[in-house]
Amino acid sequence: MHLSRYQTERIAFMVIGSATLLTVAPIIIVISAIFISGAEAISWEFIVEMPRDGMRAGGIWPAIVGTTYLAIGTGLISVPLGLGAAIYLSEYARESAWTRTIRVAIVNLAGIPSVVYGLFGLGLFVLFLKLGSSIIAACLTLSIMTLPVIISTAEEALRAVPQSFRVVSIGMGGTRWQTIRRIVLPQAMPGILTGVILGLNRAAGETAPILFTGAAFFLPRLPSSIFDQTMALPYHLFVISTQVPGMPLQIQYGTASVLLVFVLTMNILAASVRSWQRRKRQW
Amino acid sequence: MTLQPTFQIEMLNFHYGATQALHNVSIDIMPREITALIGPSGCGKSTFLRCLNRMNDTIPDTEISGRIRLEGRDIYAPDADTTELRQRVGLVFQRPNPFPQSIFDNVAFGPRVLGTVSGRNLQELVEDSLRGAALWDEVATTLTSPALSLSLGQQQRLCIARLLAVKPDVILMDEPCSALDPIATTKVEELMRQLKEQYTIVVVTHSMQQAARVSDKTGFFWLGELVEFDETNTIFTRPTVQRTEEYITGRFG
Repeated sequence: MHLSRYQTERIAFMVIGSATLLTVAPIIIVISAIFISGAEAISWEFIVEMPRDGMRAGGIWPAIVGTTYLAIGTGLISVPLGLGAAIYLSEYARESAWTRTIRVAIVNLAGIPSVVYGLFGLGLFVLFLKLGSSIIAACLTLSIMTLPVIISTAEEALRAVPQSFRVVSIGMGGTRWQTIRRIVLPQAMPGILTGVILGLNRAAGETAPILFTGAAFFLPRLPSSIFDQTMALPYHLFVISTQVPGMPLQIQYGTASVLLVFVLTMNILAASVRSWQRRKRQW
Repeated sequence: MTLQPTFQIEMLNFHYGATQALHNVSIDIMPREITALIGPSGCGKSTFLRCLNRMNDTIPDTEISGRIRLEGRDIYAPDADTTELRQRVGLVFQRPNPFPQSIFDNVAFGPRVLGTVSGRNLQELVEDSLRGAALWDEVATTLTSPALSLSLGQQQRLCIARLLAVKPDVILMDEPCSALDPIATTKVEELMRQLKEQYTIVVVTHSMQQAARVSDKTGFFWLGELVEFDETNTIFTRPTVQRTEEYITGRFG
């Protein structure tokens, strides 16, 4: 059968159109299914109370707090390190075999499965450095996982700042560091922020890296120090879905909803920072 | 009375990798004068200009020899401070390149970075610099609006004001009017005449008319050599070298 150009055009349009629909539909279905089923579990008490009856009743407060701690702790470690590395790569290092090796390493680091990070964290932080299964060990493990994302997005954001800004500042007697601090960093900040939020978002949603390094199966109190274990939303969800017999379904869905809200909020935040930056930027 | 030259350049050679961009250039640049450098594209005049505040330092694989003295001190001496040099010898670029910030912040940029002044003094310095660049009357009421909302000509004068705020002695200009329309060009040229009361100016230009209009001395570059350097009047009326005459009468270049 021979098709006219017009028919081919229509078929192509339908095929790629339905491909788009097929990618969007599951997201909408999954999110709405979880929110609808979880809605009856969600209440003020569910958010701010300790779990009771072997987690079959009560709230998920320790898991929410724990995930927040993990995200903040990971940020405190990975943002300064990642930003430092990005500044070095973009502003100081000259292109060489050495910097190319670093970049290849960063790209590969981003591709490592998260469970491998978990085992690495267990070996290095929990056992070898004797930090035990703790918030600090979990944060360090999550940081290593997050670093590649932060470094590559921050480096990209720094490189996008026009060279002429640097030349002007250097040409007026500014040092390299003054130039970075006063001009390059402020201009690149929205892009860097986007990367940081996306990186931390991933850290907040992952289970495998914290499985052996800091997540508590059940801990009906808030952690008291960074050497304490903590409950965390993704791991809690995993536990109540697979490890606890007789778990009420709506609590599972409720927990999933809270985790989704957590992650979606951060994603929306990242997206708005990006669009705000596009509107503001004049170069 | 003989005046001490601002810049004394002796046997300056400059290489980009294997290409020699400047051959044995020797020239004295006098204070409170406008020195214009003319010549066809690629003749080395911009390279020469950038040697004067060591902006070529940042380009990898370049080599410089000879001597440049600023008020008697070798600026390429091992103990010379490049940041101090660049503060004293400022550069105005071909395209106006204000930062995407307010007019005020643009002018305040240098003093803030160098930490020289703050508070009330900073406001005065910004006003003085804008007056110095003949821009104050146009922007006095809109200091907080974005610099990029100004016209190109105003942006270029803003860049000059930004430079004046760090109190340089010498202003280098690299084709400062090539992106501007004739009216904006006239304003910048008027400004240059005012500025030379206080500053030494070296300007690279593609416009021979501009060189003739504003400068006191003119140097003609050709293939990396300074072919002729003299009073502007002499260069444009009685050049001694054949090449110079051919260039300024438009027979090549």
